[in-house]
Amino acid sequence: MREIHVSQIIDKVKQMVMDAEYNLPEDFVSALETAKNFEESPIGREIIETILENAAVASTERVAYCQDTGYPVFFVEIGQDVHITGGNIKDAINEAVRQATKEGYLRASLAFDPVFERKNTGDNTPALIYFDFVPGDRIKIKFAAKGGGSENQSKQVMLRPADGLEGVKKFVLKTIANAGPNACPPFTVGVGIGGTFDYSAVLAKKALFRPIGHRHPDPKIAMLEEELLQLANQLGVGPLGFGGTTTAVDVKIEVAPVHIASLPVAVNIQCHANRHSEIEI
Amino acid sequence: MSQVKKITTPLTDDVVKELRAGDRVLLSGYVYTARDAAHKRMLEEYEKTGKLPFDIRGQVIYYVGPTPPKPGQVIGSAGPTTAYRMDKYTPKLLELGLKGTIGKGWRGPEVKEALQKYRGVYFAAYGGTAALLSKHIKSSEIIAYEDLGPEAIRKLYFEDFPVVVANDIYGGDIFEEGQKKYRKIEIDP
Repeated sequence: MREIHVSQIIDKVKQMVMDAEYNLPEDFVSALETAKNFEESPIGREIIETILENAAVASTERVAYCQDTGYPVFFVEIGQDVHITGGNIKDAINEAVRQATKEGYLRASLAFDPVFERKNTGDNTPALIYFDFVPGDRIKIKFAAKGGGSENQSKQVMLRPADGLEGVKKFVLKTIANAGPNACPPFTVGVGIGGTFDYSAVLAKKALFRPIGHRHPDPKIAMLEEELLQLANQLGVGPLGFGGTTTAVDVKIEVAPVHIASLPVAVNIQCHANRHSEIEI
Repeated sequence: MSQVKKITTPLTDDVVKELRAGDRVLLSGYVYTARDAAHKRMLEEYEKTGKLPFDIRGQVIYYVGPTPPKPGQVIGSAGPTTAYRMDKYTPKLLELGLKGTIGKGWRGPEVKEALQKYRGVYFAAYGGTAALLSKHIKSSEIIAYEDLGPEAIRKLYFEDFPVVVANDIYGGDIFEEGQKKYRKIEIDP
C-alpha cells in the first residue's frame, strides 16, 4: 500500500485549481492562434486576438481569466493500492477549493439551493466529484471549472434508436447553433452518446479533457468528430456569436454501451474559458 | 463596422438615437452592476415600495459579478454575464428610465421591443475577456445588497470601456445580422 496524506492532496489540488483559472491549456491557445488565421470575419479575427490577449494578461498577472470561475468539477481515479491518511479525499478536495477560492481571488459562484433562497455558499464548495477506482498506486485528478454561461446552453436528449446517426448529428448541430452567442464561442464541444440518461452527460463532460486535435481511437467516431467540427463552423455563429467561421475549435465524442431501446445524446458546450487540467499524485 | 464612438454616462435620448447595431463604443462614466439575484430583489422591492436602490434614469446597468480584487486592484476580473437571464426584468427597468444595459449574448423579443419603445440600447462586451475588461474600471463601490456577495450592486467608474451596440432603438441586432453573413447551412429549429 502506498500512503498519501491528505495534506499533499490539498496542496496539489489547490495549486491545480488556481493554475487552471489563470492559464488556458496550451493546446487550446494554439488552436485559437491557428483559427485566427482562418477566420473570415474581421470582427471575428479581432475577437480571437482579444481572447488571446486576455489569456496572456490573466496568465502573466495571475488573475482569473473569466470572472465566472465556475462550478468546480473533478474526476478522480484512485489506485486501489493507495491508502489515504489524515482524513478523507472528499474533504481534502473541498478544502483545496476553499483555499484556492480565497487565496486565488476566485469568485464564489455556487448557491446552496436551486429554487428557494439561492444563498451563496461563499467559498465555491461543495465541488462536484466523480470517483473511480483503478489498478495501481497513484491518484489521478482531473479538474474542470464549468462556467454557468456554457453549462446553461448544454443539452441532453433521449433519441429513438431509429433516429440513428442523422438524429445525433442534427441534435449536436442544433445545440451548437443555439448556444451562440450566449455561451462564448469559439467552443470546444463535448458529446456523450450512449450509456444512460445521466451517464451520457458525464461522457460529454469527460470528452472535453481530451487534447484538441486528438481524435477518438475508433475511426468511425473520429470521422464523426471531424464531420461535426466542419459542419459546426458552417453555422455562421463565429467568435462570441458576432458571425464568422470559427464557431468551434474541436468536437470530442465519447461513447458507451446502451440499452436496446435508447439512444441518449448529451452535448456539453465549453466556452473559450476552457479550464481543464490534470495531475497525478 | 463603423468608427469608434466615445460616449459618457448618463445617456440621453439624443445619444441613444445616434447608436446603431454594430457601432463600436468606448464607454466612460459611472455604471451600476446588477445580475440575477439583484434584479430579482430590486423588482420585488419596487413592487412593495415603489423605489429602486438607485436612481436609474439615464443610467447603464452592467451585468457582471466580478471576482474579488487582489491587493492593489480596484476590482477583480469583470467580464459580462449572459444578458437573456435578465430579460424578465429589463422591460420594467427601461420603462422606469434605464437607458443602457451591458452583457453578452442575445436578448429576447420582449427586450428588443422595450428598447425601441423606451429608447434604450443593449451593448455587448466581449464575453470571457474579464482580465482585460477590468482594466477599464477605475473605481468600484458596493451601494446595495452587500449580502449578495459577487451579486451585490456596485457603482463602477468606467474609462473607455469597449462595447459593441448589439440592439438599438431601430430593431437592429448585430448577432442576427453578423451570423446571417457567414451561415452556410441551416438547421431546422
